[in-house]
Amino acid sequence: MTSLDRIGSANPPITALTLIGRGTLRLLGNLGAMAIFFSIAFINIFRRKQLREIIRQVFYIGARSSLIVLLVGLFTGMVLGLQLFYTLVKFGSVGALGSAISLSLVREMGPVLAAIMIAARAGSGMAAEIGILRISEQVDALYTMRVDPVRYLISPRIAASIISFPILTAFFDLIGIIGGYLTGVLLLGTNAGTYFYRVQSSLSMVDVRGGFIKALIFGAIVSCICCFQGYFCHMRTDGYGAKAVGLATVSAVVLSCVMILVADYVVTSFLM
Amino acid sequence: METPLIEFKNVTKRFGEKTVLDKVNLSIYENQITTIIGKSGTGKSVLLKHIIGLLKPDEGTIIFQGKPVNKMKKSEWDACRSQIAYLFQNNALLDSMTVLDNVAFPLRQTTNFSSAEIEKRALKRIEELELTEAAGKFPSELSGGMQKRVALARALATDPKIVLFDEPTTGQDPIRKNMILSMVTHYRRKFGFTAVMVSHDIPDVFFISDRIVILWEGTVGFEGTYEEAVRLKLPMIDEFLRSLEGFQDELTGLLSREAFRVHYAAMLGGTATVAAVSAALFSVRLNLLHEALGPQAAVEVLRALGEYTNRRFNPIGGFSARHSRDEILTIFPHTSIDEARRLVADFAQELKHEAIDRIQSIALAEIGGAACFDIYIHAGVAEVSPEDTIDQIIEKARAEQEIVATHRCGSGGNEQ
Repeated sequence: MTSLDRIGSANPPITALTLIGRGTLRLLGNLGAMAIFFSIAFINIFRRKQLREIIRQVFYIGARSSLIVLLVGLFTGMVLGLQLFYTLVKFGSVGALGSAISLSLVREMGPVLAAIMIAARAGSGMAAEIGILRISEQVDALYTMRVDPVRYLISPRIAASIISFPILTAFFDLIGIIGGYLTGVLLLGTNAGTYFYRVQSSLSMVDVRGGFIKALIFGAIVSCICCFQGYFCHMRTDGYGAKAVGLATVSAVVLSCVMILVADYVVTSFLM
Repeated sequence: METPLIEFKNVTKRFGEKTVLDKVNLSIYENQITTIIGKSGTGKSVLLKHIIGLLKPDEGTIIFQGKPVNKMKKSEWDACRSQIAYLFQNNALLDSMTVLDNVAFPLRQTTNFSSAEIEKRALKRIEELELTEAAGKFPSELSGGMQKRVALARALATDPKIVLFDEPTTGQDPIRKNMILSMVTHYRRKFGFTAVMVSHDIPDVFFISDRIVILWEGTVGFEGTYEEAVRLKLPMIDEFLRSLEGFQDELTGLLSREAFRVHYAAMLGGTATVAAVSAALFSVRLNLLHEALGPQAAVEVLRALGEYTNRRFNPIGGFSARHSRDEILTIFPHTSIDEARRLVADFAQELKHEAIDRIQSIALAEIGGAACFDIYIHAGVAEVSPEDTIDQIIEKARAEQEIVATHRCGSGGNEQ
């Protein structure tokens, strides 16, 4: 029987095309559900009695992630200082070290790396916490007490992420430039005045604004993906209970990282 | 007829291919305890979750205070939900909050009271449920029974008119089970709410319920009072009654009081045409025994009396239970009062020849050969009418009581 003969049969075989089709439909369905989920949660940010919970989440997502973000930012700047110094030496352009470091950090590396670090630290926590609330029926308990679970659990986290991501990105950029100074100037002997002059002169407001726009978008994406994965972990077909929470957490972080990079490309292509 | 507070009309719920609720019709009335019973997986919790709106029916209508829920505006449905509280099987306490915060949570989120007022109300509920010492603790630091009370305090914080209990006694030991059911009845009286309870802990729930709903293969097999259920002699009820075997008073080996009541109701339901039913009330004055022999000996005496009662009357269809600390009531179905008197007289002889000897040996073991004590075993026989309650039977038999076996100080036993 050829593949053409099978087309009219009652039970057509599962082909690669069928699998791709199913996967695509599932992906589109999930994206649609996530978009609705985000919209509802976003609208609920502006309801009353939210400020205290948003401040609390800014503390958990923002303040508590600052140390790891600063650490990663410092070492990223230091590595960039080393790599770019030896590259620029070959072209006799060591003076452009400040420009290279600041532009790569502010435009690309700052928003992306900061977002990935926050996703790994706070995003996994969001997914796991909401997942546990879900499987222990605490989400249902909120509903029975006439508390909208999306308003109470999701909206403050999304608001806090949108607030925290740009601030942490700014810290990342700043400490990254200082890291570049440590290696480029203090270790390898580039002129300090040249370094800071190049940083100041090469960075324009467009670069800074672009970095912040990315950070805002990454904040929304990471919080939405992580909360969505945790909130609907009970509907997973690949695991139940604690296993579902674990899988939801893994999916949240992996998906967030992938989506950060995809969104980075899309946003960059619009900004350039 | 009274209008139901909540009504299910042909409610169907499917999960995938499986139909969990199939055209369910049932009514829940105000100020009553309605218990939904049934085997595991028959959709009891699913039914309860439909009342609060955690699940929505695929077909059919749920009517709340005369109005279909699916035709209500959001504000109307919110107003209805504000009257309902839900007690989860696993309590579902917010585990990152203290007891006080858990109880105050619904007030903080749904009311405009000041912080001081909210705290005052929450503390009042905490105090009423005897949780004052636990107010600052987290749920994981509390025992299962205390967590259940916290969940009840939280459920009652907003003064609901309806409280839904999802298997409140499942997984609890008998003492705690008894405590939770007592708690439900006690607080129902105290706070005056309508209770809907899901359980498969029978017969325990029969004794606190005003109405029983039996779910059978996704449909309502029966809806009414327990007595009605027994009289109807439905196969599913027989199946439940069979599960009563094993409900025993741990001390005497007799039926528990609850199981006794169910047997008695079943007997009346099934033998409405049988004329003769008699009862005997046996008692032993434990106070005197306690003073003379100590608590353990008093317990042994009661256990011995229980064993003898069971051994003597079970083979002829009698069933017995301890109804107060030192009284045992036995029902003799198909037995006239004269026959019952003869049975009790024979039993008294056996007591004199065997039981009193045993009691004497217990006394010797407990306090030595110089024991000086009196034991009086009383018995009274009464005729039972179908309309008699158990308390009335006890009263009638108590009035007829006389000493049937005695051990007197220094007699060495076997003396009447």
